[in-house]
Amino acid sequence: MTVLSVKDVTVRFGGLVANDAISFDVAQGMLAAVIGPNGAGKTTLFNVISGAMAPTSGTVHFNGELITGLPQYEVSQKGLVRTYQLVQLFKDLSVRANIMTGFHRVTKGGVLAALLRPRWFREQEARIAARTEELLDFVGLRAVADMEADKLPYGQQRLLEVARALAAEPSLLLLDEPAAGLNMQETAALADVIQRVNRQGVAVVLVEHDMQLVMQIAQKIVVIDFGRKIAEGSPAEIKAHPEVIAAYLGGTEGLDD
Amino acid sequence: MTSPNITSTNTVYTVAVPVAAVLSVLGIALSSSGYVVTLIGFAAIYGVFCTGLNFFMGYTGQASFGQNAFAALGGYGSAILTANYYWDPVLALLVSMVLSGVIAAAVGYPTLRLRGHYLAMATFALGLITYEISIEWNSLTQGYMGLSGIPPLGIGKYELVSEKHQLIVLTFVMLLGVWVSVRLRDSRFGRALRAIAGSEAAANALGINVARYKLAAFVVAAIYASVAGSLFAHFVGFISPEVFGASMVILSFTMLYLGGVGTTWGPIIGALIVSLLPEVLRGLKEMQDVVYSVVLIAILIFAPRGLSGLAVLFQRKQTGESKQTGMNP
Repeated sequence: MTVLSVKDVTVRFGGLVANDAISFDVAQGMLAAVIGPNGAGKTTLFNVISGAMAPTSGTVHFNGELITGLPQYEVSQKGLVRTYQLVQLFKDLSVRANIMTGFHRVTKGGVLAALLRPRWFREQEARIAARTEELLDFVGLRAVADMEADKLPYGQQRLLEVARALAAEPSLLLLDEPAAGLNMQETAALADVIQRVNRQGVAVVLVEHDMQLVMQIAQKIVVIDFGRKIAEGSPAEIKAHPEVIAAYLGGTEGLDD
Repeated sequence: MTSPNITSTNTVYTVAVPVAAVLSVLGIALSSSGYVVTLIGFAAIYGVFCTGLNFFMGYTGQASFGQNAFAALGGYGSAILTANYYWDPVLALLVSMVLSGVIAAAVGYPTLRLRGHYLAMATFALGLITYEISIEWNSLTQGYMGLSGIPPLGIGKYELVSEKHQLIVLTFVMLLGVWVSVRLRDSRFGRALRAIAGSEAAANALGINVARYKLAAFVVAAIYASVAGSLFAHFVGFISPEVFGASMVILSFTMLYLGGVGTTWGPIIGALIVSLLPEVLRGLKEMQDVVYSVVLIAILIFAPRGLSGLAVLFQRKQTGESKQTGMNP
């Protein structure tokens, strides 16, 4: 089954066409990557998919449901959860508290429940606490669980952001340049986490610059350049694709928007 | 410090010590003269107001310069209903609370679309508008003259005639306010608010309806402000527009930042210090204002996260060693 279906997505900023009729599908449980030179329109595409931005035309279906035009929090509520290129942690909160916040989508209760704390609320809090510890172990942040999030080294901040997104139990996880600014060990740790997430049945789409990472973990790669999709296929197919080679070696990557 | 851990490892510092401190201040006040009682009473009322403000500014990270509007609503609501219509004070307080909440929701819905400075300006206007209404709506508020003859707090026939009895009730209402704020903070609701303060983009990505939760925090803050206004009316027995003027905004901001914005007890510490400081310095005569300002600036320089931040430093020193061994296994 298809978890994500992007169809003819076009985004224009005035005269600039950031995304030009981009289409691709992501099957359930797949680990896909969107790559392209700087300014190719990857982040714009991500913003459209996650609901942060409405496309000029085109549609996005998530689990068969049209999500184009919905506000971002509603898209997230449906189980499509994203991370950002620049980490967006809750800096003053502890690592543990950051993860606990992630459970918003899969829990319930407002002011009244918080005040009266009925039995189901207390049980829910206990489940959140237990699951938080599991996630801390999953990404290997247990030892720093009580630290404030912005005191962590950058690599661990990335892992924390992924753990927080996982708390929301997404069926599709969008990762916007998760390896940006990471050293080799940190990238390896992150790749490991992403693969383990994917093995649990969560579809993952990442936008990434790190070719080695993408070739190593992605099952399907979509290449965009100047806003257009120029290739789509397995890592082996992409490596041999003439247009991709041209885009990366042809000197166009200097043309940032 | 402010991490919403459900398993509170340090209840001694977060609950026992502050509550004991509050009760000892109450004890000192009760064994003092009438004037000290009045001052501590004001501090307790401002403690309620600032605890509410802390919800919107501390936990949710939004600026409101107009919470005095809701204090005015509560104050005038209680005053009019009890003095003119002989309602029970508790009933009047509750009805004013609901009214303030409803008005906050109605006003906040369009206003909270604004961010940062624009939100600050819009909320400030809210306070000014309320002030003007309280002056101009003569038939209801008696304008500059203000409303007097407001009965003290009480239920049915039982009235708290003595100021000291009222102070006891005020202190417990304040503690109740803090208790409610902690309960709300350490929950799914509170975590959503803190997510918004931390990063609206991330909050959105986690499925949090940012606009709705901002509005909820605004309403909660307004309800606290309304209670503070009602308590003031009953405690003093007289209100006028000036009571809920712009000076209330300045005073409450000073309290909040001095005590520690975003902390549980900061608003209470701030309310107490800012209420007492001018009186402590009274002996300095014309130098009073200068020394007052110097003390405020000094506190903000040496304790930029507020006075309750200092308490955290102390607490860290106490537990630092055990924590570090725990962090390096």
